[in-house]
Amino acid sequence: MNTSLNYAYYPGCSSTGTSIEYDMSSRAVCAALDIKLNDVPDWSCCGSTPAHTVDHSLSSALSARNLNQVASIGMDSCITPCPSCLANLKTATHRMEDEAFRNKVNKLLDKPADTRVSTKSVLQILVEDYGIENIRKKVVRPLKGLVVGAYYGCILNRPAELMQFDDSEHPMAMDNIMEALGATVVPFPLKVECCGASFGIPRKDVVMRLSGKLLDTAHAIGAKALVTACPLCQMNLDMRQNQINHANGSHHNIPIFYFTQLLGLALGLTEKEMGMNKLCVSPRTLLDAMANEETIKEKAA
Amino acid sequence: MKIGVFVCHCGSNIEATVDTAAVAAAAREFPGVVFATDTMYTCSEPGQDEIVDAIKEHNLGGVVVASCTPRMHEQTFRRTVERAGLNKYLFEMANIREHVSWIGKDREANTNKSVDLVRMATEKLLRNRALHPKKFTINKRVLIIGGGVAGIQAALDCADGGLEVVMVEKTSTIGGKMAKLDKTFPTVDCSSCILGPRMVDVAQHPNITLYAYSEIEEIKGYVGNFEIKVKKKATYVDWKNCTGCGICMEKCPSKKATDTFNEEIGKTTAINIPFPQAIPKKAKIDPAFCTMLKKGKCGICAKVCPSGCIDYEMKDEFITEKVGAIVTATGFDLFDWTVYGEYGGGRYPDVITSLQYERMLSASGPTGGHIKRPSDGKEPKNVVFIQCVGSRDKSVGRPYCTGFCCMYTAKQAILTKDHLPQSQSYVFYMDIRATGKLYDEFTRRAMEEYDTNYIRGRVSMIYPKGDKLLVRGADTLMGTQVEVDADLVVLAVGAESSAGASELAEKLRISYDSYGFYMEGHPKLKPVETNTAGVYLAGACQGPKDIPSSVGQGSAAAAKVLGLFSKDQLESDPQVSIVDIKRCIGCGKCIQTCPFGAIKEIDFRGMVKADVIETICQGCGICTSTCPQGAVQLQHATDNQILSEVNALCQF
Repeated sequence: MNTSLNYAYYPGCSSTGTSIEYDMSSRAVCAALDIKLNDVPDWSCCGSTPAHTVDHSLSSALSARNLNQVASIGMDSCITPCPSCLANLKTATHRMEDEAFRNKVNKLLDKPADTRVSTKSVLQILVEDYGIENIRKKVVRPLKGLVVGAYYGCILNRPAELMQFDDSEHPMAMDNIMEALGATVVPFPLKVECCGASFGIPRKDVVMRLSGKLLDTAHAIGAKALVTACPLCQMNLDMRQNQINHANGSHHNIPIFYFTQLLGLALGLTEKEMGMNKLCVSPRTLLDAMANEETIKEKAA
Repeated sequence: MKIGVFVCHCGSNIEATVDTAAVAAAAREFPGVVFATDTMYTCSEPGQDEIVDAIKEHNLGGVVVASCTPRMHEQTFRRTVERAGLNKYLFEMANIREHVSWIGKDREANTNKSVDLVRMATEKLLRNRALHPKKFTINKRVLIIGGGVAGIQAALDCADGGLEVVMVEKTSTIGGKMAKLDKTFPTVDCSSCILGPRMVDVAQHPNITLYAYSEIEEIKGYVGNFEIKVKKKATYVDWKNCTGCGICMEKCPSKKATDTFNEEIGKTTAINIPFPQAIPKKAKIDPAFCTMLKKGKCGICAKVCPSGCIDYEMKDEFITEKVGAIVTATGFDLFDWTVYGEYGGGRYPDVITSLQYERMLSASGPTGGHIKRPSDGKEPKNVVFIQCVGSRDKSVGRPYCTGFCCMYTAKQAILTKDHLPQSQSYVFYMDIRATGKLYDEFTRRAMEEYDTNYIRGRVSMIYPKGDKLLVRGADTLMGTQVEVDADLVVLAVGAESSAGASELAEKLRISYDSYGFYMEGHPKLKPVETNTAGVYLAGACQGPKDIPSSVGQGSAAAAKVLGLFSKDQLESDPQVSIVDIKRCIGCGKCIQTCPFGAIKEIDFRGMVKADVIETICQGCGICTSTCPQGAVQLQHATDNQILSEVNALCQF
């Protein structure tokens, strides 16, 4: 087992609020797998969508500052659970390859940008650096009986040239992890479709339509739950599920997990550690059913 | 030697950035130059006449023309000086267009560079000798590689012209891609009805020898005298006695063999004849699926064969054929569309290629001409065609237009309505390219008479919804998103160079582009020639082509071969290496480095010496730079000639 994995960890703003359970479970899972995370000191918001829609150099300056903070603790490899943060950090690095742009950004910074730091998602290092086979070996509580679909969202793997991870049209990373954890994975045909993202605030109808379609499809293929890797996707599908049902006249009751939450459970971590109580659509019935399956199996043994 | 120099304006091509009069004036000062002038178009008739007149008037012994690349007009001017009675090798060309005027704008620098290039040419010319080609007899047989429609046309035209033809086809039947088609555009006539009789003609023509299920192993020799090694792959069936009765196919228990002829729609038997009209109509065994060959048990075909043809011990066989010319007609293959994740990357059985659909439409195909969804065998109602799959798409490395997909898609949409009148077809297209005779009228018919819904835009995603496929795309004319519930999706997959095209090109010593398509001699003026003498191209091996163009090229290549063979002897290029036997020490290094095997060892009064076989030597000059003694000299590019050019350039 590779115990030398060591990264700077950039949680992103959502992790301090709406996706706190993603942060909790990511940290706990990494600890359980002996992956050392070093908190980036004095990190700030990446600027998210609002910053880059207003000004590219300002947006990149925010990311560059955070990358400088990574370098300040002597690290050159940073991971983040959030695809939106990831996109911003990677875009900044990519844009700063252009000297003119880099100079523009540097004018906004106290010290010039350190361009050596590379960024990856928590999902990517689990798959590429830790390895799914190694995860499989660590499973103590298989997710028997859980029928799950993997939903990646539109930016985790795209644009392909920038993200450099998995298949941009048909990613399999989470499908493969869930399969390794013992779950029954149903192929989710809309796995890279947009959930409506931040349109939830200015144009809720868009999210109702797009996320509604995702839930309809999950239901149609028989998925009892979806796993996500994105705070915004999770929020739209989970927190807004009631609104969606209301708007579309549907009756979905599909728990939306972060993949790290289910990974943690399978590794033997507790529901509390995984922040299961933070989910809006209760996974209780589903988790009980899984536990039952296990007890039945134990009794049979 | 008295030299004349002619500096060409090439209209404004050269004159705009080179002071040609100044170049001519400078040339008059060079040793040997007695006459120099600038002319408007040296290659034109008055331009050439001026050269002839000057040779006579000034009693010139050699001519330099400073103009374009020798690839363009060296032959032209060599003929001009020959017309005036000079040996054609007493001519030199300085390229002041491609190497000077087209690449720089500084008139003074360009003029100086042109003067330098002309000085180099005159210095070399002073050391040129008259060279005389030798004549050699040629073998008037022609090899056709590939038995598709282009190769068939070339073979029949050559054979009808009285030539002996050897045809080598990789698969077990000729017919190529066209044999897989149901109908052809824009006439919607039956493909096998037009092609079938031509295939039979190939089989029956007394002048044609057909090697099917065979490949080119090795090519030696040169124009007029090629030696070809053909590998006849083991069929495990004695084709001399096989009658093509098909009993073996009926009884073969291994029924899951890959059916390449039917584009893997359905399966075939391990011993099979690809289709009823196959030429030759002979069975072959696919060893990957034959139980007898894999496990040593079965042998049913051997028991049932009425002619006792089955031979499980058969090995590949090698045959040598001697020919004088080669026509390459190796066709194309289909782009592997599974790289498109948005179309499902091969995960959805009801997303098929256009050629698979063609097999489905064909009455002799695996579904007997009925359109059925591969997943459940149901008749589709909504059929979506997506064009430009692996065409005009830089992101998958295929920026070129395949050119015929617009047309066959329109044809397939029409045929779909004919087969299933209740169906509705949709075509997602980028632009409709229908530039042939009656082609645009045909696509209009698909829209107007057959009610095909043409949507201008790309498809972003296909995903399953229930037992249907949801096709989502853009309608760029309406500026909206479109979603179609499709029962069947047909991808108009583009063409790419055929598998193994580059390996064959290496054997033929012809060049190919970055996509593997073979390079023609000149994009406009030599469409079926290659830069290797005696090797011609026909059909889609040179670039994607529809049937009429492929057939046209097949005939054109045949005409070139018949023209070449209209003489009994050819002249060899005298620009070959010659060994100075006095200086040769017999070390044999040149023999080892010659890529053409053109140098052999001889015994000269008891001493080992090298000797060049002039007809095989291609004039590459590798031996010249290898020889430690300077004993091998490439005629027309000797060490002295090259050094004189260097000295002319580096005199300051």
